[in-house]
Amino acid sequence: MDQHATGSGAGPERDGQPHAEHASVRTYVGVAAILAVITAVEVMVFYIEALHPVLVPILLTLSAAKFVLVVGFFMHLKYDDRIFRGIFLGPLFVAVAVILAMLALYGVFTGGGAA
Amino acid sequence: MADAVAHAAEAHATTTGLPNRKLLMWTFIGSECMLFGSLIMTYLVYRGRSVTGPYPEDLLNIPFITVTTFVLLMSSLMMVLALAAVQRDDMRQGKLWLLMTALLGLVFLGGQVYEFSHFVHEGLGLGTNLFGASFYLLTGTHGAHVAIGVLWLLTLFGLAVRGRLTAAHAETVEIAGLYWHFVDVVWIVLFTLIYLLVG
Repeated sequence: MDQHATGSGAGPERDGQPHAEHASVRTYVGVAAILAVITAVEVMVFYIEALHPVLVPILLTLSAAKFVLVVGFFMHLKYDDRIFRGIFLGPLFVAVAVILAMLALYGVFTGGGAA
Repeated sequence: MADAVAHAAEAHATTTGLPNRKLLMWTFIGSECMLFGSLIMTYLVYRGRSVTGPYPEDLLNIPFITVTTFVLLMSSLMMVLALAAVQRDDMRQGKLWLLMTALLGLVFLGGQVYEFSHFVHEGLGLGTNLFGASFYLLTGTHGAHVAIGVLWLLTLFGLAVRGRLTAAHAETVEIAGLYWHFVDVVWIVLFTLIYLLVG
């Protein structure tokens, strides 16, 4: 359970291209366990009435943590070339910015509505 | 011979120094961020604006969807285990984890079919209200992605059974894995925005 998994075309001399070392199988299992725990915490937070005033920031933070874990470890972005990171994070940033801009335009943050 | 051809196709120098197919998949995933971003934006803008029921709080079953979410998360673990096995040329384990990933994807899809049919039975159609339109469009698009992923994984499993998927094709499995994990990542966001931040 402790073998190391590598990137595409495993092995440094495979195709003359750089290959970053990826996480071990044990790390993958650990990340999956953390993801399961965070999901359980999310649902617990949902049912705790006292936390409802801060429900949105808590749930968004927990969701973001899961997002980063899957992208970083399972999709190997933590270990892979920076170009892949840019190709993914660029459009992601634009998508989030457009969502926030449209929500602001429609008055979602102020409880209002669009004209 | 077939293996040699496959290996040659997977392993060749590129101008970026990066595998072209992997670069293409990341570019596709970037474009998918924009697609799901627009659908999520539509859902959030329409949230709480339905003038007729049924409303989200009347229908959404948090315990049930938590189980299907857990299933999809674990399918991502199966996928990385499949990739790790293929990379070390342990095709017995590789086949097992590929099949498990596809099966967990099918369980998730079954849950979505059950949820949709339950909602329709409760009177929520695609044109019933803004919630119905945006909910079915968003989760349905995600479900279609899961279905494509399951077909992709079963194809890889079939190739592995026939001995046509080996360590030389690790990049092929990695690219399928990138797609599968992205589908999982999208659901992580949807689970929070649609189900936990309900109403």
